[in-house]
Amino acid sequence: MNKTSWFNVVSLTLGFAFLYIPMIILIIFSFNESKLVTVWAGFSTKWYGELLHNEAFLNAAWVTIKVAVFSSTIATVLGTMAAYVLVRGGRFMGRTLFSGMIYAPLVMPEVITGLSLLLLFIGIGLDRGVLTIVLAHSTFSMCYVSVVVSSRLVTFDRSLEEAALDLGCSAAQAFRLVTLPIIAPAVISGWLLAFTLSLDDLVIASFTTGPSATTLPIRIFSAVRLGVSPEINALSTIMIAIVTFGVITASLITKHQMVRQKREEQEAVRG
Amino acid sequence: MTTVEFEPWDDPQEKPLIHFQNVTKKFGEFTAIDNLTIDIYEREFYALLGPSGCGKTTLMRMLAGFETPTTGKILLAGQDIAPVPPNKRATNMMFQSYALFPHLSIWENIAFGLKREGMAKPDINNRVDEMLRLTRLEQFARRKPHQISGGQRQRVALARSLAKAPKLLLLDEPLGALDKKLRQETQFELMDIQEKTGTTFVIVTHDQEEAMTVASRVAVMDHGKIIQVATPDRIYETPNSVYVADFIGDVNIIEGTTSTIGEDTYAIGWADGLAPLNATSSTAFSDGQKCHLAIRPEKVAISTDKPEGAANAVQGRVLDIAYLGNISTYHVELLSGEVIKAQAANTRRISRRSYTWEDTVWLSWTATAGVLLAS
Repeated sequence: MNKTSWFNVVSLTLGFAFLYIPMIILIIFSFNESKLVTVWAGFSTKWYGELLHNEAFLNAAWVTIKVAVFSSTIATVLGTMAAYVLVRGGRFMGRTLFSGMIYAPLVMPEVITGLSLLLLFIGIGLDRGVLTIVLAHSTFSMCYVSVVVSSRLVTFDRSLEEAALDLGCSAAQAFRLVTLPIIAPAVISGWLLAFTLSLDDLVIASFTTGPSATTLPIRIFSAVRLGVSPEINALSTIMIAIVTFGVITASLITKHQMVRQKREEQEAVRG
Repeated sequence: MTTVEFEPWDDPQEKPLIHFQNVTKKFGEFTAIDNLTIDIYEREFYALLGPSGCGKTTLMRMLAGFETPTTGKILLAGQDIAPVPPNKRATNMMFQSYALFPHLSIWENIAFGLKREGMAKPDINNRVDEMLRLTRLEQFARRKPHQISGGQRQRVALARSLAKAPKLLLLDEPLGALDKKLRQETQFELMDIQEKTGTTFVIVTHDQEEAMTVASRVAVMDHGKIIQVATPDRIYETPNSVYVADFIGDVNIIEGTTSTIGEDTYAIGWADGLAPLNATSSTAFSDGQKCHLAIRPEKVAISTDKPEGAANAVQGRVLDIAYLGNISTYHVELLSGEVIKAQAANTRRISRRSYTWEDTVWLSWTATAGVLLAS
C-alpha cells in the first residue's frame, strides 16, 4: 500500500466536505440558541423540546412511521417473492421481461412514478391518504428489496431445498423452514432499506398524498417555504440519525452475513 | 458354517425393489438417459459408475423425484413412482454437498425428517440418539454444521438420510469431498452401516475403486446407457467391452484377428513377423474376425530370460518404470512398437532388481489371463 500522499488527502477531504458540510452545518445549527438560523448564539437543545409540543410535526411523524412500517413490510413480502421466483423459477414465459421490469423503478424518475400512481389512484377512484402513500411506497421500494434478496439467493445452495423436500417437506414448508431462516439477514436488510427509502421520500408522497395524510418530508418542505426555523433543523437532525442508523444496520447485517458465510466456507474447505 | 451368497439378481423368483423400464430422459435436445432398463434388488449396494456427464446423477435424481422420465416407467416395489413427489417417496438422498441445514444443530438436522413425519417426541429422541450412536456423533449433537469437520459432516448427512428408515438410500458422490485416507475408512463404515440397517443403497460415483470396494453390483454407464452390470470381480475379470475394460483399472489392449485352434481357444495374429498370441474365450469368434485382447498389467509377468512353456511370451525393452513402493509398473516397448504395461510386486529391494531402464526383457502371460473382446 502506498503512503497517503498529499493528493490523496486533499481529494478525500474535498469529497467528504462536499458531501457532509451541509449536513454538519444543519446539525450544528439545530443546537443553536438563537431563533435566527444563521447567527450562532450558544448551545441549546430547546428546539428539540419545542418539537415535542408541535402538534403538526408530531402528527406528520406518526403518519410517516406508519407509512414506512406498512410499506416496507409489504415491499419485503412482495420483493422476496419476486426474487425467489426470478432466481428459482427456472425458465418461464416472460422471465426476462419480468426481471427487467422489476428493476425498472430503480432508474425511473420519481416524478414519473409518482404521476403515474396518482393517475392510477384517480382512475380507480381510491381516496388519497395514508393507504395510497403506503401502496406507492411499496411499489417503488419492493425492487430494492428484490435486488438485495436475489443477490443472496443466487449464492444459496439449491440442494438445501432439495434436501428439505427429500426429507418430507412440501414446497411451502421447505421455504419456511429452510430457505427463509437462511436468507433472513438479507430479508431484514431489505426491509430496513425499504423503511429508510419510505421515510425520506418527498416526491412520490406529494403526488399520492391527500389532505388527511401529511408525511414529515412534505411537512418540512412546506414549512421551509415560509422560512427555515431552527425547529426544522432539529427535526432534520433526528431524521438524519434515523436514516443513518437504518442504513448502517442494514449494511452491517449484510457484511456480518458475508463474513460468516466466508468463514464457514473456509472451515468447510479445511474440513 | 455355510455362507449364503447374496445374489438375488441370479434368482428368477426374486422381485426387484426398483425396476427401470425403457426409461429415457431428455433435457431439450440432450439425451441424458437413453432407453435404459435395470433392476435393483432389496438389500443391494448398487453402484452407478461412469465419467461425468454419463447420466448417473440424472438416474439418481429420477429415483429421488427431482426429475421425471421423459418416457418409460420407474417402479419402486412394483408401483410406478413417476407421479409421486419427492416428499412422499420412501427414498432418501445423501447429497454430494451434504446439504446440511446451516441454521440447525446436528441433532435438529437429523430430527428434521422425523418431525415432518409427525413422529411423537419421545420416538424422535430415541431415533435421533440411535442415529447419533450409529454414526458415532454423540458428542457433536449440539454443534452447528460449520463447527465440525468434513468427515463428521459427511456422517451427519448419512445419519439424516437414514433417520427415516427409507426403503432406498441414494448416495450422490458421498465421499467426494474427503481425503483419500478418510474416504477409505468411510467406505468400510458405509458398508458396515448398510449391512446393519439392511437398507438398499444406490451410490453414484466416478471413482472406480470406491465402486469396487462398496458395491454388491456395479453398473458402468456411458452416454446415458448401461454398458455392463455385474459384481465387482466380474466387471474387473470379464469386462464385456473395451470401454469397461479400459474404464475399470489399468489394462493393455492388443488389437488383432482371431483364428480358431480348438474349442474356446484362439490364436490371435497381432503383428507381422511375430508369433500369434494364445487366448481362450467362452464367446465364439469366427476366423479372421477383428478382436481386442485385454490383459491386466498384474497378470503379465516380467523376466530377463525367456520363460519356459509360457503360452504367450514377447520380447521388449523397458521404457519406463513407475515405482509405487509395494509394486512397480514397467512400460515395455515391444519389437512391434506397442507398449505393454506389466506389474510386479517389489518382493526384493530395488537395488537387487535384475532389470532396469533400456534392458531387454521378456513378458509372458497365460492363455486365460486375457479377455478376448469383439471390436
